[in-house]
Amino acid sequence: MTTPATTSPAPLLSMRGVSLTYRAHDRDVPAVRTVDLDVARGEIVGLAGESGCGKSTLASTILRLQPTSAQVSGEVLVDGADVLTMRWGDLRTLRWGEASIVFQGALHSLNPVHRIGRQIGEAITTHEPEVSDDDVRRRVGDLLEQVGLPRQRAQAYPHQLSGGQKQRIMIAMALACNPSLIVADEPTTALDVMVQAQVLDLLSGLVHDLGVGMLIISHDLSVLADLCDRIVVMYAGRVVESGPADRVFEQPLHPYSGALSAAFPKVGDPAARFAPAGLPGDPPDPAALPPGCAFAPRCPRAVDACSLEVPVLADHGDGRSVACWRVGEP
Amino acid sequence: MSAASTTPRAAVSARQLAWRRRRETLRRGWAEFRQHRAGLVGLGILVVFVVVALAAPLLASSTDISVTRAPGGVLEHPSSTYWLGTDDSGRPVLSLLIWGARISLLVGLTATVISMVIGTLVGLMSGYFEGWGGALLFRVTEWFLVIPFLPLAIVLATVLGRSLFNIILVIGITSWPATALLIRSQTLSIKERPYLERARVLGAGRSHQIGRHILPNVMPMVFANTTLTVAIAILTETTLSFLGLGDPTRVSWGTMLDQAYSVGAITTGSWWFFMPPGICVILVVLSFTLIGQALEDVVNPRLKARR
Amino acid sequence: MTAATPTGTPATEQRPTLEANGLAVEFTTRSGAVARALDDVDVSVRPGEILALVGESGSGKTTLARTLIGLERPAAGEVRWDGAGLDYSARGLKELRRRVQMVLQDASSSLNPRHTVYDSVAEGLRLHRLVDRDPEGRSEAELVARALASAGLRPPESLFLRYPHELSGGQRQRVLIAGALALQPELLIADEPVSSLDASIRGEILALLLKLREEMGLGVLVVTHDLGLAWNIADRIAVMYLGRVVESGRTEDVLAAPQHPYTQALLSVVPEIEQLEPVVLTGEIPDPTRIPGGCRFHPRCPALADGSAEAAGVAAACAGSPLPVLPAETVGHQVACHLVAARQDG
Repeated sequence: MTTPATTSPAPLLSMRGVSLTYRAHDRDVPAVRTVDLDVARGEIVGLAGESGCGKSTLASTILRLQPTSAQVSGEVLVDGADVLTMRWGDLRTLRWGEASIVFQGALHSLNPVHRIGRQIGEAITTHEPEVSDDDVRRRVGDLLEQVGLPRQRAQAYPHQLSGGQKQRIMIAMALACNPSLIVADEPTTALDVMVQAQVLDLLSGLVHDLGVGMLIISHDLSVLADLCDRIVVMYAGRVVESGPADRVFEQPLHPYSGALSAAFPKVGDPAARFAPAGLPGDPPDPAALPPGCAFAPRCPRAVDACSLEVPVLADHGDGRSVACWRVGEP
Repeated sequence: MSAASTTPRAAVSARQLAWRRRRETLRRGWAEFRQHRAGLVGLGILVVFVVVALAAPLLASSTDISVTRAPGGVLEHPSSTYWLGTDDSGRPVLSLLIWGARISLLVGLTATVISMVIGTLVGLMSGYFEGWGGALLFRVTEWFLVIPFLPLAIVLATVLGRSLFNIILVIGITSWPATALLIRSQTLSIKERPYLERARVLGAGRSHQIGRHILPNVMPMVFANTTLTVAIAILTETTLSFLGLGDPTRVSWGTMLDQAYSVGAITTGSWWFFMPPGICVILVVLSFTLIGQALEDVVNPRLKARR
Repeated sequence: MTAATPTGTPATEQRPTLEANGLAVEFTTRSGAVARALDDVDVSVRPGEILALVGESGSGKTTLARTLIGLERPAAGEVRWDGAGLDYSARGLKELRRRVQMVLQDASSSLNPRHTVYDSVAEGLRLHRLVDRDPEGRSEAELVARALASAGLRPPESLFLRYPHELSGGQRQRVLIAGALALQPELLIADEPVSSLDASIRGEILALLLKLREEMGLGVLVVTHDLGLAWNIADRIAVMYLGRVVESGRTEDVLAAPQHPYTQALLSVVPEIEQLEPVVLTGEIPDPTRIPGGCRFHPRCPALADGSAEAAGVAAACAGSPLPVLPAETVGHQVACHLVAARQDG
């Protein structure tokens, strides 16, 4: 299941050394600190992390949606073109035409006074104004079928739909202009377990049928482990581990990945009975990061040296890399 | 539990904590308010007027405003003796202005207090109580809302005679419904919030829910609304006095305008008689509005700061 | 207060039980239709044990939790506490809530943003005048500090003057728990205690619940959609679907060897479950105003769809005959399913 992206042609999405700093009042808040990330065509990459780790911020740079006051550096290449420096016209074409996002909180992203069909159609007509009304209707119907909803749903208003159906609508919108890259930000949070499974099935089916590349962002490592080819784990703005999905989940190298993995226990595993695994403390505030490894204060394996220098992301073989001074040590 | 926690600090009483918290809140609120230049300007203007009103006996002798013992000549132009000239009875306009400040501010503030108290109580009750009690209060509010203040003032003046009390009464009666409706809709929305349910789960009765949870969350709106209401009350008093419904024995800016109008000060161009009271009303109303706007910003950021 | 009891042991009848007998709760929708959120449920929980109510939205689990603490009135059946039916008067409910507390979902909106942590935790103490009644004569501040400390917030005094928006999600949740603990209840009802929290801190909150059970003999009723959570901390589990309990028993029995097709499907889609082939049910939970006849799960039941029900001869029963209500008091593994019943007989 694991195809190292390095052996295939230029990746669909290539992020190199991306850093983003917010300006808040009088302080600089480093939300993303030098991140590298690749997504190839037909590949599903999972971006895992919790609140404040910078994953959503990172994703916003793919379509250059970060706030204008934020300072960004590095390269974000979609199909070879640098999103951060491209001209406005090219950016408009990129947005939705080549890459689209299913936003977090999708359930509140629909306009309550417009019918579904019109909202999906809006995505099409904005990019391809020359398309006739009949064609737009036809394409909207096709999109609805593609996400597993009946064509008549186009006539419904958002309040008439359930959470799972609304999520499917958001996915349909993201597909409207045939992008090659889809970013899904927490696509299954706030959904029931069964609906979550349906949506995840849908997403993996789309990748399989359409050959798009997908970046899925989630704090639930078990969801990513099932669905993705590769997982990238972020903490406090940096990548702390990356590698094939099942390996990262089953045998995490970084203690944080280990904690994330253990947070969702294997049902049926006797070792997890009455033994909930968690970390003390809280995810750090990006405005007040500790020196050295940002994870050190909560790390069960930290030593003094960890707080001196930020660990470097190092290759560990088998397509895995970890940023930890104590990896491999007992 | 850790015995180390029983340091002298643990003996701090709940009351001391509450005071500490209030002081801290006020300090933070003031720091925030200070950043609003407009609000500071408004506050400055208001302070000036309040000081003037309070110090009226020191600034202008009370004989100045007595019609029978007026010192100056009729409608004299502003001069070094009388900075704003005199009125048609020879009273210095500046003295009238200073003493008039008292009435205008007093009426405005008193009427507002009455209106706020009634409006908040009724709004809270009609919003909190479902069923016929709340519905009844709501209907009463709506009924009072449509009473026009001018005919009411005329009727009261005719029946009870012209007095300050009537003016305060009129303003109070006609302005509380607007507040009540505002508070009611706030109450309706706060009532559904999860922390109200938590209070119920903890065992809170109605009075606790209203007093400890709904009221404190409704107070910001009350404050912002108060400043607006004071401004309206002062304007209303001015209007009513201008129309001759005010107390003829007292001087207020409104009565000054009424007087100026009736002696034809506008046609004779005696601007020193009718312009100063008008400008004062504008300034005071403006100051309250500016303060109100700044207050809204001060009170809101704490809610915005939620992560 | 009960002394600390061994965990997971079956009923020693002195402990007061919170139970639902034949409970039914209805809501009337705007269009006038009647939705049965709870349709004949028997459930019981007592101090010293942790029961997980598991289900998706629309299953009725939150309604059940709210009805058990008196926030909703049943349309049929009753709630019993310590051997007596609930007294719904203001005083009766207050007495109940002295001993049975609830921690609501979503700590960020469950705490009054204008109250400090101290105020929020002291609220319960003041309402029940526990400072006066304290046998050791402790002050209010001491009791608040004690509650915060038992919820894992140390040093407690440092948080007294803080406001909810200044705290992290995990801290807010602990403050909510501290507020409930301040009353020293015997039972705690926790509605989705960790679903809004970051993954790495969930474990701490769950460990706290276990510790409270160990040290204080607290009983916990956890409402959750997360089977992993139930596996982590629950002694017993009751799976709900559309207002009924469809399967219940000890967690090991139900989650390691689920019998009901719905439980099996739920478990199969938990990511990284290897032993079960994923069964992704189609559609969603039906509208509670139109509960299907017979077994309420039958329109979506994979066993009916793939013919196993037909083969066992129960297909007609699935669509037509209602199922018996599972009793609350259970040490064994119970399932409300025609197919399972047929297989057990056969």
